[in-house]
Amino acid sequence: MFAKGAAPRRVVVTGMGIACPLGLGVERVWQRLTGGESGIAAIQSFDVSELPAKVAGQVPVGTRENGGLDLAEWIPVKDQKKMDRFIQLAIVAAVEAVEDSGWKPEDEEGRCATGVMIGSGIGGLQTIYEAAQVVAAGRAKRISPFFIPSALINLASGHVSIRFGFKGPNHSAVTACATGVHALGDAARLIALGDADVMVAGGAEAAVSEIGMAGFCASRALSTGYNDTPTAASRPWDEGRDGFVMGEGAGVVVLEELEHARKRGAKIYAEVIGYGMSGDAHHITAPSDTGDGAFRSMRAALHSAGVEPGEVQYVNAHGTSTPLGDDLELGAVERLWGDDARTLAMSSTKSAIGHLLGAAGAVEGIFSILAIRDGVAPPTLNLEKPSRESAIDRVAKTAQERPIKVALSNSFGFGGTNASIVFRAAP
Amino acid sequence: MSETAEKVKKIVVEHLGVDEAKVTEDASFIDDLGADSLDTVELVMAFEEAFGVEIPDDAAEKITTVKDAIAYIDGHKS
Repeated sequence: MFAKGAAPRRVVVTGMGIACPLGLGVERVWQRLTGGESGIAAIQSFDVSELPAKVAGQVPVGTRENGGLDLAEWIPVKDQKKMDRFIQLAIVAAVEAVEDSGWKPEDEEGRCATGVMIGSGIGGLQTIYEAAQVVAAGRAKRISPFFIPSALINLASGHVSIRFGFKGPNHSAVTACATGVHALGDAARLIALGDADVMVAGGAEAAVSEIGMAGFCASRALSTGYNDTPTAASRPWDEGRDGFVMGEGAGVVVLEELEHARKRGAKIYAEVIGYGMSGDAHHITAPSDTGDGAFRSMRAALHSAGVEPGEVQYVNAHGTSTPLGDDLELGAVERLWGDDARTLAMSSTKSAIGHLLGAAGAVEGIFSILAIRDGVAPPTLNLEKPSRESAIDRVAKTAQERPIKVALSNSFGFGGTNASIVFRAAP
Repeated sequence: MSETAEKVKKIVVEHLGVDEAKVTEDASFIDDLGADSLDTVELVMAFEEAFGVEIPDDAAEKITTVKDAIAYIDGHKS
């Protein structure tokens, strides 16, 4: 599996792209996020009268120049119908990330050393829903030939590879809300182990639809008490929290072997230094009641990074704003950090953009990298009164300038899957 | 131009996102208009829907140009 005597290679981040409820474009989104803005609003794009949850974070309509989405700027009209919205969002974020990285392989060797690993938690749910209606109407023969490739999760990676001619490993993570971190971590490992020199990695999700909302409402996961005050609905750790707020979007990074990046003079945002995973083996949707899965995931990530908890200055929490999960994660971080918890900042950026499910870990990974770059911990909006006190600074309501050299980002998913990733300032 | 030809060309323009001027009767969907095999499947389905004809797979395989489509439809529509 691994060449004898060869040492794992170092992996850095050289490009980033985001499409999320705060808009398109990494710098714009970061500015709005650290400025305390929220991307959560009342859902207007479909009928929510039958749904108990009526707010969500949706990618704003607009132009690339003003930070909104006009698909025609990104994908030829005739191709748009061949892909579900989650793939469209993946392409938008991937194009920004690849352009940002400046990586354009000139030869076949370079193309074959560049892979793609973009995952999704759910994939083309709306596409499946629409096709099912055609079948239910007795018109099974009228299903579009593009139905299956539009709905399949790995087609995000497929489309991105086709667009850029990247012929390396083509893969896709599918681990519900942990997808984004698994994609980044697994892609970084592929580079570390020599399967690729460059990986375009991330997550995409577009489940803010009637069927997607209905499904999560049925599992009693969504906030329903703030339909009239949407920007207050996502409130991690606050005593008034009552569930997560659905969000859509995509986050994509370009990961690159350190010497490969140096050789071409690429701008380096940060290094991926650690990655850890665990399983709860407990329940299909609820986190383990001790926070043990989160604890072991973070511990494994720090172990692989070779850093002590006290060397980490910022944690981007999974922190979805659910009554159970938030405090369990908090407890796990407190246990792992011990006395060093007092020096730690931990925030949940889901307070501003909602829970992007399979895209969450990738977008939040980018936020963690930017926290290192700028020395700014983004805020936890709506944290008015924590349901319990903690020594950890949860960056309530306004961003904080802090020296941040190492940051950890958590993502946990249905099925009891947990993943944590650790970044360090550019070497 | 016959009514069928006009309608066929309109469908081709819509589905393949090509310039109307390129959709001549001799134009091949794949060679001239940038379609792939799935595009042609979708086109045939669109013709079936628009003209109320059934185009079996073996006949669909022989429809490779705009002219082929028009001829088949004119020969089979009720």
